[in-house]
Amino acid sequence: MEGGVAYENDLNLKETELRLGLPGTGSTIEKGVSAARNNKRPLPETREEGGANGKPDAQHDDQENAPAPKAQIVGWPPIRSYRKNSLQPKKAEAEAAAGMYVKVSMDGAPYLRKIDLTVYKGYPELLRALENMFKLTIGEYSEREGYKGSEYAPTYEDKDGDWMLVGDVPWEMFLSSCKKLRIIKGSEAIGLGCGA
Amino acid sequence: MLRKASSFPEEMLEHVLSFITSDKDRNAVSLVCKSWYEIERWCRKRIFVGNCYAVRPEMVIRRFPELRSVELKGKPHFADFDLVPDGWGGCVYPWIAALATAYPLLEEIKLKRMVVSDESLEVIAKSFKNFKVLVLSSCEGFSTDGLAAVAANCRNLRGLDLRESEVDDPSGQWLSRFPDSFTSLASLNISCLGAEVSFSALERLVGRCPDLKTLRLNHAVPLDKLANLLRGAPQLVELGTGAYSAELQPDVFSNLAGAFSGCKELRSLSGFWNVFPGYLPAVYPVCSGLTSLNLRDANIQGADLIKLVSQCRSLQRLWVLDYIEDIGLEALAACCKDLTELRVFPSDPYGAEPNVSLTERGLVSVSEGCPKLQSVLYFCRQMTNAALVTIAKNSPRMTCFRLCIIEPRAPDYQTLQPLDLGFGAIVENYKDLRRLSLSGLLTDRVFEYIGTYAKKLEMLSVAFAGDSDLGLHHVLSGCEKLCKLEIRDCPFGDNALLANAAKLETMRSLWMSSCSVSFRACKLLGQKMPRLNVEVIDERGPPDLRPENCPVEKLYIYRTIAGPRFDMPGFVWTMNGDSV
Repeated sequence: MEGGVAYENDLNLKETELRLGLPGTGSTIEKGVSAARNNKRPLPETREEGGANGKPDAQHDDQENAPAPKAQIVGWPPIRSYRKNSLQPKKAEAEAAAGMYVKVSMDGAPYLRKIDLTVYKGYPELLRALENMFKLTIGEYSEREGYKGSEYAPTYEDKDGDWMLVGDVPWEMFLSSCKKLRIIKGSEAIGLGCGA
Repeated sequence: MLRKASSFPEEMLEHVLSFITSDKDRNAVSLVCKSWYEIERWCRKRIFVGNCYAVRPEMVIRRFPELRSVELKGKPHFADFDLVPDGWGGCVYPWIAALATAYPLLEEIKLKRMVVSDESLEVIAKSFKNFKVLVLSSCEGFSTDGLAAVAANCRNLRGLDLRESEVDDPSGQWLSRFPDSFTSLASLNISCLGAEVSFSALERLVGRCPDLKTLRLNHAVPLDKLANLLRGAPQLVELGTGAYSAELQPDVFSNLAGAFSGCKELRSLSGFWNVFPGYLPAVYPVCSGLTSLNLRDANIQGADLIKLVSQCRSLQRLWVLDYIEDIGLEALAACCKDLTELRVFPSDPYGAEPNVSLTERGLVSVSEGCPKLQSVLYFCRQMTNAALVTIAKNSPRMTCFRLCIIEPRAPDYQTLQPLDLGFGAIVENYKDLRRLSLSGLLTDRVFEYIGTYAKKLEMLSVAFAGDSDLGLHHVLSGCEKLCKLEIRDCPFGDNALLANAAKLETMRSLWMSSCSVSFRACKLLGQKMPRLNVEVIDERGPPDLRPENCPVEKLYIYRTIAGPRFDMPGFVWTMNGDSV
């Protein structure tokens, strides 16, 4: 993603530059006319913070589709974070284009994969995609027993850092709180399925 | 004729004091002498605690045994802009638990930027038999379960206001928990709720509360049902509509227009989410009486917007998106001569290019046409010193001036100079200025002007400004009434802070983030000033693992008689002499 690449470059420059200010932030002390320097761009984690009521953070996606990709400064301009949601309707298309990629790891697999959650309409589609990607069977979700009958269970890390079973919460809520996915297997999976 | 205070009958003094309600006046009374202090504290009914960590609840309870109304504020203002990490603090529960035991007759609780749990709401609901007003402004941490407890138990509730709060998993059923016998509601603000509320419960509630004057709905209340609600409450003074997005249906429209015509007392309107312009004429019948119009959630543009605003000749307060543009503000200036407060919000704050034609000229027009203007919040993308000087001269009554030029460090776009002179004119002319927010390219000069002229300034917000510690020094040494100072991304460091340490005890709080204050200076300040809490907020980990002269990420300093707090999360360190 273009915006992401620009961020990487800026960050590297900043590391070697002598200036007042904290490492990792872009606040430089410059006089004269200057465009907004690269201050902290919201990390994927903070994306969730900005969206109240479980809606994706419009500002993050705006940046990735803006004509001149400008790095965004946390908390600037000073408007209330939940207010961003009221500007939603116009941004719906932009969000759809940007996608929502999360990492998927599986125990025992040598490397991780990434999937775009926004291409799926709901849990069944997502689970089928995971099954295809990792060549395994996850089976059907039940509220009481999780993914009984399968030796695998899909879990995700939510914005509080907790690992949750995929399928418990409404799809929209899952989309807004899922940071990464992990497919666990074996005894761990069985433990989850027992309604603990 | 001299008279000893003790010879003045207590009952008479109490009676006189009952007319003195302002906190500042009450505080002044209590300082006259010991007996006045005693008399005053026994009859104080309302208390405002601007920083919940400045004092412990037991201290308030010990001094004021007869309170009926408590107002508390928690997180610093910059929490509104995601600058205060989650979990920082501001939990209200310890206060609620203490108040519940001490004041069974408590009637009002007003909280701002605090973390309120459902448990706290349940305690409120069950502890105060005569509870009347609950205001949760920009709060979080509670769900509709807590609201249900309030609805079910507070028999005499008059006001429930959730303005700008974040409510978890909202479900509309909590409204049904108000018993059928409950009729005392005068004010309800649920505009922040995301989910649908039970409309039938809402309708019955509105219909059976004859004193209901304020009703702010959330966006989920559909347009075609609004008319029914209005007919059930023609006495409404303040209304926030729900979403307006349905396509134009003539019968719905005429029903709505008829309902609005019946609301002869309506003075304040808000809401209008996703409003379909065709429906706007339905509110025209009430426009001439409106004193307050809040369109910040409405995407009305162009002629529709101007037409609506031009009908509101009695308007005193207008909140609007920058869709109004310069041309709309000209019309506003021509029509609304009583305007005292204007807020213009950005419709596309993160866009690289301007999407609307809103410039400094709009604000100049309003300052020229509206002589009573006293409060401004204006987001724009360009400004000049000349415009600021004009605005400064036109509006002598200004008490709150907040200008946000969206691009940080943007200069005067015509001269490319810093905006020091413009803001200098602002502080020099606005003799009663209490609140100021700066933006644009600014050197230490502007702070010199502020320190020299802004003698009544109580709150100052600064971002991306200044050259050196001298800037901060000017403000701290010059602004005698300074109460709250919040600074981000400015090159202010140790010297000004340490040189003005004593000043900090005369202020409520100081916030500095992304500045150049070293950990060493923070420790020193914490050691020197026992009546300040110096809190270092740093998500990189313990500050003592880095060199002492390394700047801290964020710093929050506030005066307190409560000592250091014990509910700090892992990323906050207090710089008290013993714990450092």
